[in-house]
Amino acid sequence: MQGFLASWRLYGRTDRMLRNIFGILAVLLPLLLWSAVSYLPFVWHPQVLITDPGGEEYLETGMRMNRADFARAVTEMQEQHQPVPQGIPSNPVYLPSPGDVLSAFVHAFTSSAPVGAEHSITQAFAHSIRIIFWGFVISSVMGVPLGIMCGSIPAVARLVEPAVDFFRYLPAPAFGALAVAILGIYDAPKIAIIVIGTLFQQILVIANTTRKLDFSLVEASRTLGAKGLRLLFRVVIPGILPDLYRDQRILLGWAWTYLIVAELIGTSSGITWFITQQARYQHFDNVFAAMALIGIVGLGTDMVLGVVGRKLFTWKRENG
Amino acid sequence: MIDHVEHALPDYRILPPDVAARMEQIKKRDYVLEIDRVTKVFTQKRNRTVALDSIEFGVHRRELVCVVGPSGCGKSTLIRILAGLEDATEGRILMDGKPVRGPGSDRGMVFQKYTLFPWLDVCRNVMFGIEMGGVDRLEAQRQAMQWLQMIGLEQFATAYPHQLSGGMQQRVAIARALAASPRVLLMDESFSALDAQTRTKMQNYLMEIWRKIDITIVFITHDLDEAIYLADRILVLKPHPGQVEEVIEVPLSRPRRAEQMTSAEFLATKAHLEGLIRSFGASDDMDEDEVTIDLPLLTLVTDQVE
Ligand SMILES: Nc1ncnc2c1ncn2[C@@H]1O[C@H](COP(=O)(O)OP(=O)(O)OP(=O)(O)O)[C@@H](O)[C@H]1O
Ligand SMILES: [Mg+2]
Repeated sequence: MQGFLASWRLYGRTDRMLRNIFGILAVLLPLLLWSAVSYLPFVWHPQVLITDPGGEEYLETGMRMNRADFARAVTEMQEQHQPVPQGIPSNPVYLPSPGDVLSAFVHAFTSSAPVGAEHSITQAFAHSIRIIFWGFVISSVMGVPLGIMCGSIPAVARLVEPAVDFFRYLPAPAFGALAVAILGIYDAPKIAIIVIGTLFQQILVIANTTRKLDFSLVEASRTLGAKGLRLLFRVVIPGILPDLYRDQRILLGWAWTYLIVAELIGTSSGITWFITQQARYQHFDNVFAAMALIGIVGLGTDMVLGVVGRKLFTWKRENG
Repeated sequence: MIDHVEHALPDYRILPPDVAARMEQIKKRDYVLEIDRVTKVFTQKRNRTVALDSIEFGVHRRELVCVVGPSGCGKSTLIRILAGLEDATEGRILMDGKPVRGPGSDRGMVFQKYTLFPWLDVCRNVMFGIEMGGVDRLEAQRQAMQWLQMIGLEQFATAYPHQLSGGMQQRVAIARALAASPRVLLMDESFSALDAQTRTKMQNYLMEIWRKIDITIVFITHDLDEAIYLADRILVLKPHPGQVEEVIEVPLSRPRRAEQMTSAEFLATKAHLEGLIRSFGASDDMDEDEVTIDLPLLTLVTDQVE
């Protein structure tokens, strides 16, 4: 009990068990709330799903309408002594129940799942991941070395950073039309958008990380005779590696945010296209399933990367 | 006014015969490191701080020189210029008669902060300087292990710096600096973060190592006991601007032992140094003898014991 209270204080202490309990609650509470809204008819349920239109000719089975309108239709029919429409309380179509979403999610991974990027979550998502992967790899191949050089070589910083700062403020979508004009309509311009969105931030963030390296370590290595490339590869890079790794994790998340733009230019594709199409057909269970997949994969990757980082950089005291 | 104790003490300038002979010998040797009219001015916006003003000094081969002076007199600035980490505004540093440009492995340095590379284990840290000298990995490892043996930390070869205590880290830092085989070892208050006991041990380590290898040491400290205990000569700097006040030849024979710290020569030297430092303090705004803090009485419990 004391531990529980302490964990709510500013910078309070927590033990492992409490942390686990909070971790589980973090998942469980939103799910419980969602289930309550979905399965308890007296919670919210602002609409009525018609099961029997009765005498009202403009009603159809499977239609949803506001409770007030439904009540009006019922009294109207009662006054006209016609069959009364029947219905059950329901939520708007854009809020499917956890069960519906789960079955849509499971269905997506079964053999009976539909094919084609427009209908298959897995195919759409695989395409998205390919775009992100290549975008991030290409951006990193340029951004990481350039960032490190900006952070450690004053001349490079002066030459490169103003331009980078300029491009950083141009929204990546602004390059969409240009990218399509130059690179065609398939995957190339999409990858280019991810690269443009990530690269400039990457250079500046990594330059900053490089600058924050404890300078006394550089001075110490100089008095030991290190200079030039050896200083760079034996001191600067190992010294910033844990922070560089953390930056890359954050930047990977950054790359994801450009996916939406990237997938809507040229020929629409990937998970964004899947979601917009499914929303158009009002298959919101599929939309939610796709969103869950993105979230789970994102969280999962980040957690794995976090654990790997802790294993790799045990020398960094705050990690180990 | 002179302390009445000082009358009872011998003159610190009178060297015992063996020390005088040793000093004679040292002075016959060449200068390893020469400070040639070095001036350092820091300019920040409109502020000009003269940290060092025409410092002129030479360090002989295999000499152990301590630099003392009140806080802010430019000791760190001087040693950083010696190491090549900072440029002098005027004047130059000569190493074996040749002017130095920038840092190099001929001048090793041990900092006040712990500066071991945290991503390398202890052995690799010591190997760093050896490998920079172009020695291959296996040979570097062999030499590093020898150094670790010398500082008594060979069982920590695979430990990481954050697993060591401050004293152990500083010992490794000394080994790392010495392993790169510098001609001069520069130390900037390297022991000041250590407790009294560890510090004494480290001082003995340092002198032990210094006795065994051909190295010249410039050691900065604000601890006068430490300066007298270690040094052949003490360079006293005065502040605002940093200038050489006096060069003291320490009248203590070697090898040094802790008992010497209560000898008359030691006390005389210390009394003189204290007097010097106090005289600088008088011009400063911080006069430690007359600390008057304007603070209301905040406690009801007084110093008096009923
Ligand atoms: N980078 C700098 N920029 C501006 N002024 C500086 C800089 N470094 C040192 N100074 C000034 O130079 C003077 C000498 O500083 P220094 O650090 O050499 O003193 P110190 O003798 O080592 O003092 P301490 O015993 O407290 O370490 C101080 O007045 C300080 O304000
Ligand atoms: Mg200092």
